[in-house]
Amino acid sequence: MSSQIEVLEKKKKQYPIIIDQKRNVALWESTRELKLKYLVSVEKIKKFFEGLLENKLLATKCEKCNEIYFPPQSFCSNCRSTELKWIELSKEGELLTFTKIFVKPSSFSHYEDYTIGIVRLREGVNVLAWISEKNLSKLKIGMKTRIETRIREPEGYPIYEIIPEELVS
Amino acid sequence: MERKVGIIGAASSKFGVRNDVNFSELAFESFKPAIEEAGIDTKDIEYFVVSNTGAWSSEQLPAIIVGESLNLVGKGSLRVEAACASGSAGIKTGYDMIKSGSADVVLVLGIEKMNESQTPTVVELIGRAGNYFWEFEHFGLTFPGYYALYATAYLNKYNSKEEDLCHVSVKNHYYGARNPKAHFQREVTIEECMNSKYVAWPLKLLDSSPITDGSASVILASEDFIKRNGIKEPIWIKSIGYSTDTSNLSKRSDFLSLRSSVEAAEIAYKKSGISKDELLRKIDVAEVHDCFTIAEILAYEDLGFFKRGEGIKALKEGQTYTGGKIPVNLSGGLKAKGHPIGATGVSMIVELSKQLKRNVEKGRQADIKNGLALAHNVGGTGHYAYVTILSFS
Repeated sequence: MSSQIEVLEKKKKQYPIIIDQKRNVALWESTRELKLKYLVSVEKIKKFFEGLLENKLLATKCEKCNEIYFPPQSFCSNCRSTELKWIELSKEGELLTFTKIFVKPSSFSHYEDYTIGIVRLREGVNVLAWISEKNLSKLKIGMKTRIETRIREPEGYPIYEIIPEELVS
Repeated sequence: MERKVGIIGAASSKFGVRNDVNFSELAFESFKPAIEEAGIDTKDIEYFVVSNTGAWSSEQLPAIIVGESLNLVGKGSLRVEAACASGSAGIKTGYDMIKSGSADVVLVLGIEKMNESQTPTVVELIGRAGNYFWEFEHFGLTFPGYYALYATAYLNKYNSKEEDLCHVSVKNHYYGARNPKAHFQREVTIEECMNSKYVAWPLKLLDSSPITDGSASVILASEDFIKRNGIKEPIWIKSIGYSTDTSNLSKRSDFLSLRSSVEAAEIAYKKSGISKDELLRKIDVAEVHDCFTIAEILAYEDLGFFKRGEGIKALKEGQTYTGGKIPVNLSGGLKAKGHPIGATGVSMIVELSKQLKRNVEKGRQADIKNGLALAHNVGGTGHYAYVTILSFS
């Protein structure tokens, strides 16, 4: 690496070329940082979030072909009807599979390592969510579970979570 | 009569953390040997397809960067995105153009420069490659996390152990150590794999493919063009099968198989006239999508190489090493060769073209008997799947 770049690199604030020390190659560290925060419409499914406030897990059901949608949607992919009604799911189910995330996305780095499961409810609908139990040795495929609303901290918004009915001892 | 589509040039860049080159230089690195092998001029190329997922890299119009860099300005182009199967989707795009008669020569260039962003950002972006709102926004799934959900279900169902999965890593690193283009050119042991840190339980660092930069170029041509120009020994694309699956993993019926892989394989076998019971006799070598060790085991079974629940047994018996019933990932696979998302599918075709021509490094050449090879490329967690069958005689 040319010494001129090395000298300038030391005054990094003024000069964006940095040296990848491991490979001894020069990189231009872009000065134009981009932040993205999306605005996702929930207008047609807002009842779902109102349901969570009452500890209810809601889905939509097509009035024409009886297809159940979880996550809820306002139209029927199956028969293309827009006549869907809200139904309350039983919340009782069993654990199909699970994992624990150790290497987290940067936007999740402020949480403790978390466990995620997929459960099958009595209605035959699957739900993916965090599991309240973080200790993997207490979890087992096939175990009975229920769904409850929990407040996600520190953000403070209600979201559904999987609660094992009984833990592996 | 259907037009046949041949591969007349195929090459790959060195895979790895390529901070020594920019986007253009990385594209050039695979394009130059590919066009020189084809023995054609850039003016012969009518259309170029660029497979790239992007977001982690700075250029928003990657196809246009490639066009300017490779002197292809003025030709038709587009960027193709099908997550980790972008490369195969690009090959399919070029193949269809030639087959339909709308072009005679198409360049398919897969490229990814993932290390332009920091690792946590890349982890974040790949984790969003599923259903952003319902599975990422609230629950922070990661790419290893998605496959871990399959691994947990599979290990439980077939009473297997985490250690069994490490055998995939050991095999693929063994071959990666013999591939000078591979990201990781070193062997690993079961112990090293078992001692590596959890990424998403039960998957560990050495169950996972790395964050890689790389490019791969394939030049496709019609049979007419090949004959007219006296090009010798093309590899023919016999068939391409494809399918997709739901964005929400929760909408799938089980976590023991990737339905899209099964369907893509069925289409590819049917179109090339291969029956499932003669697969192991007919296919000389395969590249399958091993973004995580569990994915290679699922692929063995989804593609019909081995029965349900017998993938690990077959691997441990050495059936997927050279000399076995069907050698798999002699390039090192995504695990050791590396997984530059958009380049991966194209690089599978590059590898198999070289395998079929008995042109790879010593110690990782398959025994070519029938001149048939299979590439299996998955996008996301079975969100997309492509199976491509190549022939050479």
